[in-house]
Amino acid sequence: MGLALALLGAASAALFAGIGSAIGTGRGGQAAAGVVTEDPSQFSRVLILQLLPGTQGIYGLLIAFIALSNIGIMSGSPQVDMSVGTGLQYFAACMPMAFVGLISAMQQAKASVASIGLVAKRPDQFGKSMIFPAMVETYAILALLVSILAINGIQ
Amino acid sequence: MSDKQYYYAVARIRSKELTLLSAPFIEQLMGAKTVAEALRMLQDKGWAVGEGSSESERVEKMLRAEKTKTWDLMGELVDDLSVFSVLRVSYDYHNLKAAVKEALTSDKHRDIFSDEGTIEAEVFRKAVAGRDFSLLPEEMRKVAEEALDTLLTTHDGQLCDIILDRAALKAIHEAGKRSGSDILALYGELMVASADIKIAVRAARTGKDRKFLEQALAECDTLDVKRLSTAASEGFDAICEYLSMTRYHDAISELKTSPSAFERWCDNLIIRNIRPEIHHPYTVGPLAAFCIARENEIKTVRIVLSGKINDLPEMSVRERVREMYV
Repeated sequence: MGLALALLGAASAALFAGIGSAIGTGRGGQAAAGVVTEDPSQFSRVLILQLLPGTQGIYGLLIAFIALSNIGIMSGSPQVDMSVGTGLQYFAACMPMAFVGLISAMQQAKASVASIGLVAKRPDQFGKSMIFPAMVETYAILALLVSILAINGIQ
Repeated sequence: MSDKQYYYAVARIRSKELTLLSAPFIEQLMGAKTVAEALRMLQDKGWAVGEGSSESERVEKMLRAEKTKTWDLMGELVDDLSVFSVLRVSYDYHNLKAAVKEALTSDKHRDIFSDEGTIEAEVFRKAVAGRDFSLLPEEMRKVAEEALDTLLTTHDGQLCDIILDRAALKAIHEAGKRSGSDILALYGELMVASADIKIAVRAARTGKDRKFLEQALAECDTLDVKRLSTAASEGFDAICEYLSMTRYHDAISELKTSPSAFERWCDNLIIRNIRPEIHHPYTVGPLAAFCIARENEIKTVRIVLSGKINDLPEMSVRERVREMYV
């Protein structure tokens, strides 16, 4: 039961953050395609803005790897006798990345789409346009740090 | 419907907004020495200047092509154009009016029909000529029959116009509300309110009675039609007094200046209200605002070029030039 809870936590981190990133990059991609249809020279700029909401999925994957590694799944010797308490600790440690990853990716996509619109009208403002979605990234990174610290702190 | 998010379409419109005509460009256009020079300037902006034996024919073809271009673009961007019904339904009623009037004459004029409506112009011709109103949408059937019967029995073109214009205003208002989009609902409301004010003022100036006003005015949310018709039957000053208590109090000075000043005020009011859509990233609002902005610039170009073709004084053209969206 403990191992199952730990696995559920690891899977949730990858799953929810991945869903958020998929939705985010999808929305960004639609907006980017709209701009490139009219002005193909903006491709590289809008591609970067599209990719920004994709990082949460990578963070979720990283947390899942660390958790799976700590509980022995990666080395092929899972801790089958893990207590429910320890399993719950892993589960709770993965939650910041799971939920903040999901929500921040979706919110970052909104900022990215708006910034893609900005680049469409003022390509010279690309540098500034990157900052707005990058601000949302801060909270995904904070969640990543908390999840890493929490997982590493489990005895 | 307004919950739908148009990421691709709005991003494309953001690029397209760069091609919209700005106020400084309109100034330059007004400064063009000849119609040919003005047409060249528009051609440089990507406008498709048509061929024709006269300048006015070339201008007319160009303006038609530009209107079509806008709706072709929207057709590419949006799966279901019914969201823009509020912007297109007036063309349907225009076509219905043209078909009804055509039924009374032996002349056939294809060019009086518009291609921008939600229904093909030929459907109206068939429905009216064959009195087969089932070809039309349900909400148009009764009004089409009533307008045709009125015209055939009374030969009163104005009465026929009143019936169709009121139905058009009602349809615009309903389509705006049905769209579920705040900006489209506001557009519908402003269109009906400004039309009501125009009708009331014209009726007051020509001494029309209350019965006429009740037939002509369409219901809207920001004006009390009963009070407006009472005021109109009392005279122009009573209309101004009533308007001073509404959100349209700014219109009073324009109404006192001239009918064209008021028309410009109405269009500018719509443009000012849609301008915040420049900053909205993915709703239907920026798409609708683009369509309205294109209509507005086409109207302004028509005013400027008509002034040049007919050698009108610059001041007369200037007082009709609309504010631009960008």
